[in-house]
Amino acid sequence: MDGAAASRRRFLQAGIAGGAALATAGAARAAGDPVITEVQDWNRYLGDGVDAAPYGMPSEFESHVVRRDVPWLTADPVSSINFTPLHELDGIITPNGLCFERHHGGTAIIDPADHRLMINGLVDTPLVFTMQDLMRFPRENRVYFLECAANSGMEWRGAQLNGCQFTHGMVHCVVYTGVPLKYLLEEAGVKTSGKWVLAEGADAAAMTRSIPIEKALDDCLVAFKMNGEALRAEQGYPVRLVVPGWEGNMWVKWLRRLEVGDEPWAQREETSKYTDLLANGKARRHTWLMDVKSVITTPSPQAPITHGRGQTVISGLAWSGNGRIKRVDVSLDGGRNWHEARVDGPSLSKALHRFYYDFQWDGSDMLIQSRAMDEAGFIQPTKNELRAARGENSIYHNNGIQTWHVKADGAVENVEVS
Amino acid sequence: EHDGAFKLGRAATEDEVAAWDMDIRPDGVGLPVGSGTVADGEVLYTDNCAVCHGDFGEAVGRWPVLAGGQDTLTDDRPEKTIGSYWPYLSTVYDYVRRAMPFGNARSLSDDDVYAITAYLLYLNDIVEDEEFELSNENFTDIHLPNEENFIPDDREQEAHYADKSEPCMTDCKPDPVGITMRARVLDVTPDSEEENTGG
Repeated sequence: MDGAAASRRRFLQAGIAGGAALATAGAARAAGDPVITEVQDWNRYLGDGVDAAPYGMPSEFESHVVRRDVPWLTADPVSSINFTPLHELDGIITPNGLCFERHHGGTAIIDPADHRLMINGLVDTPLVFTMQDLMRFPRENRVYFLECAANSGMEWRGAQLNGCQFTHGMVHCVVYTGVPLKYLLEEAGVKTSGKWVLAEGADAAAMTRSIPIEKALDDCLVAFKMNGEALRAEQGYPVRLVVPGWEGNMWVKWLRRLEVGDEPWAQREETSKYTDLLANGKARRHTWLMDVKSVITTPSPQAPITHGRGQTVISGLAWSGNGRIKRVDVSLDGGRNWHEARVDGPSLSKALHRFYYDFQWDGSDMLIQSRAMDEAGFIQPTKNELRAARGENSIYHNNGIQTWHVKADGAVENVEVS
Repeated sequence: EHDGAFKLGRAATEDEVAAWDMDIRPDGVGLPVGSGTVADGEVLYTDNCAVCHGDFGEAVGRWPVLAGGQDTLTDDRPEKTIGSYWPYLSTVYDYVRRAMPFGNARSLSDDDVYAITAYLLYLNDIVEDEEFELSNENFTDIHLPNEENFIPDDREQEAHYADKSEPCMTDCKPDPVGITMRARVLDVTPDSEEENTGG
């Protein structure tokens, strides 16, 4: 709030106090809710003009709707993660300023005039593009979720963090505008021996991942807009890779280079990291796809039921790297019985889906769960099924069914169930 | 200038490609000409790396452990290091040259990185001679212990995915469901000013 607005508010608050004193001294007050029966300051005094906020921010009453981090998760806030406040959001689109961040060398600040994208390796002509060049290719607009491979990773051993922001908030979903990666690769001319593409970032981590050429030529985008505006710096401004349905680590930000090769490169982020250790000591690599998943966002530990019994809305998100969500079921009794939820809004491939289950809460304890199914026929497993198959040390790719314990007072807790 | 459909972009020069294309593959493709010894690496490591990674790769605080942990991958708490987990030495060279030291990346010479890589082999008991010299000539002779333990993604064969039948809707468990673990017991969620659930 600027100084003028602050002083106006103090003036208005003084006015309210004076008005209240007059009302008490005078005739009987009108019966009813005083925010209706009394003239409020926003009914009387003028608000801000159109020149007050060239780039608008959320209402001050929404100041709690913010990304949060968990300091003990990482050694340093620069190579770290924060979390989207899923419990406060609805629909399927994440506001740009609330999209979770994951950096390995902090947010690179790059003037687009100084940014270059190089294509080299097994191509007919290695090329360099400026941002202006990229803006001259035919564009596409696509809505996709981006989920960190480590989303829910802290929950492999059991219930740890109390809130869906922390257990499931390494995900966001926006409209990307960009150039199909296929066009850029074809512009350089991929040789027939080219089977893999290495994507590399321009930040201090110089993030690199190997991507099979089939995926690169299928649906990957080189994106420069999110939700209509330029990428946020923390999301890769001026340009990032979009790898629909696949783990967020591969969506290389500040994209500066694409190399075509005949073998994968076995980079740090696909050997030491983003490989999934199994109970037998073997580790899966190239676990690219994010499997079918869902979570109830309200009620949840950060969003308890405060209205008491009666009509109640359960709201949640479902998504799958395999395509569209076919159905979401909701259980109120820890998975003994299930009810088909209502998916509302766009149902787009590899995007978040919003579901609702509307019911009469009788005020008793509940163990609420959601179970998503995707169009490829995959069904979201329980955490115990995942642990039986993989053990507890995979770190990544935990898409197990989440349970919230709703108590009689409406408080909600992250729990594991039998 | 090129045969692309849109005639956008320009040809990269050899020097430009050389400046940015620094990746190295397990078969040694990309390795620069150079060399460094374990003894040289110890000095460089102590000056540039030990403040975070510890004098012996054991790590300070929550910074990554680089050495040790052999034969812990089936333990309750595995220790995944270069020696115990990483499949390829190429990744060590590539990543150190690309992104380390944290906060001062690209500050080491190619020979420096060979020397530090040699010292990391020594810390992991993969080479035992302090005079050992690692170079682009002998690099691919070195194999890390865990190379053979990585497998392709076979998630679709897990029982819960392989069974694509309609899931149970009614009376799916014989007994009422019990709570086996609570997040509140651990109490590790960050606090906010207003409440104890961080928002």
